[in-house]
Amino acid sequence: MAVSREQIQTQRYLKDLDPRFLDVLLGCADEIYCEAGDCLFQLGGKAEAFYLLKQGVIALEIHSAQRGTITIQTLRSGDLVGWSWLFPPHKWHFDAHVLETAELIRFDARAFLAACEADHEMGYQMQQRFARIMLDRLQFTRLQLLDIYGTGPR
Amino acid sequence: MAPGRAEMSAQDPMLPQVSHLQQRQQENHNTFSFVCPSPLPAFAPGQFSMLYVFGVGEVPISISGSPLQPELQTFTVREVGQVTRALARLPEGTALGLRGPYGSAWPLDQARGQDLLIVAGGLGLAPVRPVIYSVLAERERYGRVWLLHGNRHPRELFYKAELEQWAAESQLDLRLIVDSADRSWRGQVGVITDLLRELADDRDFAPERSLAMICGPELMMHFSALRLLEMGLTPARIFVSLERNMQCALGFCGHCQYGPHFICKDGPVFAWPDVAGLLALKEV
Ligand SMILES: Cc1cc2nc3c(=O)[nH]c(=O)nc-3n(C[C@H](O)[C@H](O)[C@H](O)COP(=O)(O)OP(=O)(O)OC[C@H]3O[C@@H](n4cnc5c(N)ncnc54)[C@H](O)[C@@H]3O)c2cc1C
Repeated sequence: MAVSREQIQTQRYLKDLDPRFLDVLLGCADEIYCEAGDCLFQLGGKAEAFYLLKQGVIALEIHSAQRGTITIQTLRSGDLVGWSWLFPPHKWHFDAHVLETAELIRFDARAFLAACEADHEMGYQMQQRFARIMLDRLQFTRLQLLDIYGTGPR
Repeated sequence: MAPGRAEMSAQDPMLPQVSHLQQRQQENHNTFSFVCPSPLPAFAPGQFSMLYVFGVGEVPISISGSPLQPELQTFTVREVGQVTRALARLPEGTALGLRGPYGSAWPLDQARGQDLLIVAGGLGLAPVRPVIYSVLAERERYGRVWLLHGNRHPRELFYKAELEQWAAESQLDLRLIVDSADRSWRGQVGVITDLLRELADDRDFAPERSLAMICGPELMMHFSALRLLEMGLTPARIFVSLERNMQCALGFCGHCQYGPHFICKDGPVFAWPDVAGLLALKEV
């Protein structure tokens, strides 16, 4: 199904993107649906796309024999999902498990990276935005690591 | 003749009044609530009392019950050390010493007519619960009310029945998030600043008519306040509640000095501009 500009333009990290670059993004985009219980991607799988979550809830998960499945982050409407496609080895670091039926815009990473390669201005603009997402995530992860609600060592 | 209550406190403000522990309830693995019939004056949301466990010691604890029931003081306590552990082991009916209420209150007057953003992390939900009771009692006097609550894990959440009730009645917009969870948790996983970032995208959020009350661990308050400033709230619209080791609670002993302030009498509730430079600083 065709993806409209508005669907992308309103995303918090993609706001104010040059319309030219929006068109390129649109050219790499299609819509997908996932049912609750589906796996959007799996740890170790090839990271060939990133997603804009329009509706639904997705949990990023990791499994351990001792602790079972641990949810490390939930993503909701308006969130961008995935950046493992940006750098080699282009493999997912977590499982993305659909908790509530999800409508997503899927961006083909290979086509998008090729477009960035061809137009460095666009590449720079997009790297800036993904750097912002990563910085936010890094800050959030630091807070999680600090275990701020814990009582600390006794 | 024995002196009246007020005279007695006037004579010796350090002398506790005797009450009894009632309705003890375990909230999570190390946190419990209880009620004490109050021999003390009415309190304002945000204030605390000094609780004396006879023979063990005294601790400041925020009053977490409803200000509309001043004849009772409710407390929610986490076991961390000597006194709070002793408190945790007291059976119902045990005598306790109470003095107070002390400290500054959340600025409810200033919040009337505004949208209210209550940001509570972990045990920080306890000192803001009286705000919620007050707001819900005169709901029409406030605009939108958001309660953003972060905790460590779903099993550490407390006041669960009330949280669910508030959300179900749509009296306030409740958003919960936990640092980590297993699959049985259907809610959000992340940190409290995630909730703030989401709120920034909310069409109903208007920083110019919002007032924020933040309560929780200092780092959580620090990062939440910074995020709120980024979202366009002016510093004077942000309030935090601080804790420091405290002894007299009357501004005499200096134990709770925090930069130029005494937490016991100038706080615990401060406007952000008064403490912004001090939070997250070493040795303050
Ligand atoms: C204004 C104010 C309001 C407060 N409201 C509440 C409340 O509503 N509920 C509540 O449970 N506590 C509250 N506290 C904190 C409470 O007063 C302390 O947890 C208590 O004094 C600890 O005494 P203790 O004898 O049990 O521990 P101590 O034996 O004094 O300390 C044992 C260990 O616990 C650590 N510790 C002390 N305080 C804290 C703390 N706040 N958090 C984590 N670790 C701590 C100490 O660093 C030490 O390592 C409040 C404090 C203030 C100043």
